[in-house]
Amino acid sequence: MTETRTIKTDLLARVEGEGAMFLRIRDGRVDDVRLRIYEPPRFFEAFLRGRGYREPVDITARICGICPIAYQMSACAAIEDACGVEVPAAIRDLRRLIYCGEWIESHALHVFMLHAPDILGYDSAIEMARDHRGVVEQGLQIKKAGNALIRVIGGREIHPVNVRVGGFYRAPRPRELRALVEELERARELALETVRLTGGFEVPDFEPEHEFVALSMPDTYPLEGGRLISTGGLDIAPGEYEQHFVEQHVPHSTALHSQLRERGAYLCGPLARYALNSEKLSPLAREAAADAGLGPVCRNPFRSIVVRSVEILYALDEALRLIAAYEEPDAPHVDVPPRAGTGCGWTEAPRGLCWHRYELDEDGTILAAKIVPPTSQNQASIEADLRGFLAGNLELENDRLRHLCEQAIRNHDPCISCATHFLTLEVERF
Amino acid sequence: MARRPKLAVWKFASCDGCQLSVLDCEDELLALAGEVDLAYFLEASSAPVAGPYDLSLVEGSITTPEDAERIQRVRRQSRRVVTIGACATAGGIQALRNFADVEDFLAAVYASPEYVSTLATSTAISEHIHVDYELHGCPIDKLQLLEVISAFLNERRPAIASHSVCVECKRAGNVCVMVAHGTPCLGPVTHAGCGALCPSYHRGCYGCFGPMETPRPEALNPWLASLGMEEVDLVRVYRTFNAEAFRD
Repeated sequence: MTETRTIKTDLLARVEGEGAMFLRIRDGRVDDVRLRIYEPPRFFEAFLRGRGYREPVDITARICGICPIAYQMSACAAIEDACGVEVPAAIRDLRRLIYCGEWIESHALHVFMLHAPDILGYDSAIEMARDHRGVVEQGLQIKKAGNALIRVIGGREIHPVNVRVGGFYRAPRPRELRALVEELERARELALETVRLTGGFEVPDFEPEHEFVALSMPDTYPLEGGRLISTGGLDIAPGEYEQHFVEQHVPHSTALHSQLRERGAYLCGPLARYALNSEKLSPLAREAAADAGLGPVCRNPFRSIVVRSVEILYALDEALRLIAAYEEPDAPHVDVPPRAGTGCGWTEAPRGLCWHRYELDEDGTILAAKIVPPTSQNQASIEADLRGFLAGNLELENDRLRHLCEQAIRNHDPCISCATHFLTLEVERF
Repeated sequence: MARRPKLAVWKFASCDGCQLSVLDCEDELLALAGEVDLAYFLEASSAPVAGPYDLSLVEGSITTPEDAERIQRVRRQSRRVVTIGACATAGGIQALRNFADVEDFLAAVYASPEYVSTLATSTAISEHIHVDYELHGCPIDKLQLLEVISAFLNERRPAIASHSVCVECKRAGNVCVMVAHGTPCLGPVTHAGCGALCPSYHRGCYGCFGPMETPRPEALNPWLASLGMEEVDLVRVYRTFNAEAFRD
């Protein structure tokens, strides 16, 4: 007789956007695993066609309210590449600084409000605050410091107004940035405590083999550019992306699945970034990671919360370094005259690689646009995690399994709003 | 103790930014959670409480047949409905499909368009149900959101100004970017609420809060043209985050 178990979650909570999980176990074997994305499609790449080359900075920010700066930075990089302009070091540093703000607020949101409640056994951070008010307040303070940094440089936390092709509309005055130092230093102390806290969390043993893909910069942890490398030997420039990666449209998702042409699924985001770059963290972040029991590589996705905590600490450390070195640039932006051509750019969004390509005509009108966000790259690996984790834990009863499998998804902080061009969890056991 | 009012947060087609504004109230969030029961808020909690709700905040626009039905269910369960942000209030950036052929858009993004269920238009919530209040912005301002929640819970009218960004700019003591620097600016026709952010950053307003009450673009447009904006630039700047609201 055939025995089938189905486990499903129709409305995944504590993820950004709309998704569902569907798992089916037949005769004691994993039969089907789907991370369903039903977030309605929004067609950004289609309506970018015919727009001006200065517009994607503001338009693509609207793909995601949590990581708008990732889109702004990748759009700038790609369009400047198309126009053959390189921005000076002072503007690159300022971009890195506002990007640190986004890593801090986005990671703090995930660690404290979306992920920690899973591990500590609560439905929400608000419920968690009844027993652990100090922890939640700590998270809110870190998040607030990241947002303050974005607000000063960008004008506001969500969809900043001050970023443009070539740089910024107005460079912050040194005193505006120095006024943030005290809050950022306090947040850095709290981030150090956070690494200790999350490092002590009890999580399942689970070490799937993923090919890790992340940017790499010569002397520093990657944020605003670099070459793309992987544990599988990849080492490419932004313009070579499409030779190595392909996007597939699958029926259960309005997010396209991205794959390595030769080798299939891969993983980007904090685990990949850390595995490929951990030696480039600041001494403080490196030491905190070691104290929390992280080796130079962490393969357990359930420990991604520790890696995110380390990255918060790093971003605060890096922001303070950049502020200490800051001098107001001569001009807030450089001139970027349009020209016909194609340009590609990428940066490390909090959730992983964000790649853009634009094709422009001679007056800067966009002829074609392509955007690959982190979550669409990770969908296949998230499903692989679900399959692997499920296969090793079939003895667990349905409710426990559902809870852990939802976590296996949340481990990767999927941003469904981003990926749609993206998620629901169901487990079916027959 | 009196029963705490039940608040629900709903998402339709959107970027999540406006509902994130609730979680961005770092100083007020725990106090808010003390005053209201955050009964349905999937981005924050995996334990949704069933309706009815005293106040529903709706983010996002209606772009699929399923969502057109879902918004009716939200209305039936809610005593008051407030839309938050440009998507819910005016269709949002995804309403640019209303000016084009959606089949063409589908084919441009998806290899197998037959897998995707979508409507030809992206429409505001008020085109589908009765809405009690509309909060503007792409994204909304979090302090305005707190004001609206507080007003509805206390049965009073929200104290939200409906004048133009120009008024906020004068209040902020900014030099007019259009008069002083010749920078084209939509401030004269755009709804207040951001605190005149763009001019404060030496940039012209790009209209992300949508049109003010009774805007007069026919007075502004010739001036923008005299600053070098061509017809195509004007169409582009009006047709972005609040394209439907600026259509006329």
